[in-house]
Amino acid sequence: MSVRRLAAEQPESFDFTPELEAVAQKLIAKYPEGRQASAVVPLLWETQKAAGGWLPEPAIRAVAERLGMANIRVLEVATFYTMFNLEPVGKYFVQLCGTTPCMLRGAEAIRHVCERKIGHERHVSADGTFSWLEVECLGACTNAPMVQINDDYYEDLTPENFEKLLDDLAAGRPVKVGPQNTRQGSEPEGGARVLIDPALYAFKSNVPGFADAPATETPDLLAAGLPRAAAESPVDPTAALSAAQEKAADGADTREKREAVAAEATKPSGAGE
Amino acid sequence: MLADKDRIFTNLYGLHDFGLKGALARGNWDGTKAILEKGRDWIINEMKASGLRGRGGAGFSTGMKWSFMPKQSDGRPHYLVVNADESEPGTCKDREIMRNDPHTLIEGCLIASFAMGAHAAYIYVRGEYIYERNRLQAAVDEAYEARLIGKDNIYGYPFDLYVHHGAGAYICGEETALLESLEGKKGMPRLKPPFPANMGLYGCPTTVNNVESIAVAPTILRRGAAWFSSIGRPNNVGTKLFSLAGHVNTPCVVEEAMSIPFRELVDKHGGGVRGGWDNLLGIIPGGASCPVIPAEQCADLIMDFDGTRAVKSSFGTAGVLVMDKSTDIIKAIARISAFFKHESCGQCTPCREGTGWMWRVVNRMAEGRAQKREIDMLLEVTTQIEGHTICALGDAAAWPVQGLIRHYRHVIEERIDQYAANPHPDPVAVAAE
Repeated sequence: MSVRRLAAEQPESFDFTPELEAVAQKLIAKYPEGRQASAVVPLLWETQKAAGGWLPEPAIRAVAERLGMANIRVLEVATFYTMFNLEPVGKYFVQLCGTTPCMLRGAEAIRHVCERKIGHERHVSADGTFSWLEVECLGACTNAPMVQINDDYYEDLTPENFEKLLDDLAAGRPVKVGPQNTRQGSEPEGGARVLIDPALYAFKSNVPGFADAPATETPDLLAAGLPRAAAESPVDPTAALSAAQEKAADGADTREKREAVAAEATKPSGAGE
Repeated sequence: MLADKDRIFTNLYGLHDFGLKGALARGNWDGTKAILEKGRDWIINEMKASGLRGRGGAGFSTGMKWSFMPKQSDGRPHYLVVNADESEPGTCKDREIMRNDPHTLIEGCLIASFAMGAHAAYIYVRGEYIYERNRLQAAVDEAYEARLIGKDNIYGYPFDLYVHHGAGAYICGEETALLESLEGKKGMPRLKPPFPANMGLYGCPTTVNNVESIAVAPTILRRGAAWFSSIGRPNNVGTKLFSLAGHVNTPCVVEEAMSIPFRELVDKHGGGVRGGWDNLLGIIPGGASCPVIPAEQCADLIMDFDGTRAVKSSFGTAGVLVMDKSTDIIKAIARISAFFKHESCGQCTPCREGTGWMWRVVNRMAEGRAQKREIDMLLEVTTQIEGHTICALGDAAAWPVQGLIRHYRHVIEERIDQYAANPHPDPVAVAAE
C-alpha cells in the first residue's frame, strides 16, 4: 500500500463549473439509474483535470455532493487510486515507469535525468513547469523505458532524447508523442516482420452501408496516429500548433474522418427503411 | 511461424486505419448476423470446442465461463465486463488491441453479450491508457453510428457498450476488485462465493473476461473451432499475443501460435537475446508474478500453459521479460517486490504486511546485507502469504521471491559472502551543517 495524505495547504473552495456539470451528466448516463456512484472515478479524474492537475479537498467534497455520496466514500476513493494527485503538480507532470521491465532497459538513467533537470521527486520546479514521480508499470513494456507526461506516453527513451524532450516542452516547441526513435508502435525496431500479406487488408465487406465502399489500402491514419497533438490536454501550449501541423499533414483530423464515415453509413441504411 | 492469414489481430502495429472502414477491410463484422442467428447454445458450444483458454493469466476455458451464466434471467439484467485493466509488469498486449484493432473487441462484446443474455457491457480500461481509451471510445461511437451496436442495431439484439476507466490501481485487474471499482468503491477484492456469474456487477449475473479472450471470439466463430484448435498443441491451442520485453535486440508485441518454442519466439521476433543466446540469464515468462525460469531451462521451453508449468512457472499473460547476464537478478526481483508492496490493496494482513516485509528483506539481500539463514526464513514467509489472502495478489507477490530462491540461492549467498568479506562500518550519523 502506498501512504497517501491530503496536502497541508488547501484552497478555500472549489468551483464546480457548468462545463464540469455537463461532463458529469454524460458520465452518469452510462450507468443504470441509481448507480451514479459508478461515475466517481471518471468524475474525480475530470475534476482533477479541471482543478489544474490535482485534487484539492473541496473538489472531493463537491464530487461527493454531486453524486449524492457520503464524503468519506469519495475521500477513500481519492486516496486509494494513485492517479489522483493529492498535492499540486507541475504544468508538465512526468510519471516515470520504474518497474522491472523498464528498469532493465535503463529507467534508472531516465530517473537521473529527472533528478538533475527537475529536482527532487514530488517537488514542483521553481517556475511551476515540471514535477516528476516514479510510478509502477504503465503497460508499455515493449517500448521501455518510458514516461507519461500529462496524458501522453513517450517511449523508447534514452537519457539524450529524454533531456531534449524536456527542453522542447519547457520551450514550448512541438514534440512527438509515442516512441522517440523510428518505431511507430510496438513493432520491432526496423519495421514489422509480420502482417505483410496485402490480402489481409482488402476484404470486401457486406455490412449494410459499407458493401460498395472501396477497401482502404493506404494506411490513412498513419499521420494522425501516434505523433498526435496533445489536443485534449488543457495545459499544453503546443497543442494548437501541433494540431494544425497534424491537420495539414493529414487533411482532416480523426474526428472529421469519423463523421464522414458515419454519414456514409447512415445514408444507404436510412434509404432502406 | 504462424502464417499471416492465420493472424487475428491484423492491425496490431497500427499501420492501417483503426476505424470502422479499415476494420471492415480486414474482415471484421463479417457475417456477424449469421453467427448470432445460430443461437446462444451454438456459440457457447463452439467456444468450448475451440479450446480457447482465458488470456488474462489464469487460463480458464472461456466457453465454460460463458456457460456459467444463468440460462434464464430471473428479472435481473446480465452484464458482460471486459477487463482492460492491463497492469501486469511485462504485459502490453491489450493496449495494442484497444488502440489499433478496437473493432475486434467491440464485435466480440456484442457476440459474447448475446451468448450470455447481456444487453449491456462495460469495458474497464486502466486509467493511464488515455490515448487507448479515446481510440476505443471513437470506435464505439462509430459502431453506434453505423448501428452495429445500440438499442436498435441492425442485428435486432439491443446492446449497449460503455467504456469505463480506472485510476491507477493494479488490484483492479482482479475480477471482483474490478467490479467493486466499477461500482464506485475502492478496488478491494470480494470473497467468493458468491461468484460473479451469480452476484457480480450491481448484484447481477456478470462475466468478466480479458480483452484478448473477447476480441478473438468473432474470428474463432467465423473460421470455426476446428481452425483455432488446430493451432498449438492439445490443451494449449490457438494464437496468442506475446510481448517481448527486456534484453532482446528488438522488443515487440507479436501474435504467434501457442506452444511456440521460446527460442524460436525470441530469435524470430525479438531479434535474439542481447549479446547472443549464451548471454541469457533467465526469463520471466508471463508477467511479473510468474517465477523466473533460468537459462538452462529456456533452451527447450515450450511457450504455453503446460510448457511453463513443467518448469514450475506459469504462462500468465505471455508478457515475456528476458534478462541477460548483465542483470542483477536479486535487484530485479526486489523491484518486483516493491511493485507488489505498492499495489497491495491492504485488505488482508498477510499481503499488506508480507509484501513490505519481503521487499525489505530482498532489498537487503540485493546489497548482501543479510544472514544466510534469512534465505530459508524468507522462503517460509512466502509460503505464509501464499494461499492466505482473499485474492491472488498475495500469491503473485510470493512466487517471484520463491523463484529467486529456487534458482539463484547461490547468487544470494555469494552476495552475502562478498558483503561480509569487506569491511562495512555502520554509517555514522552526521550532524546537519
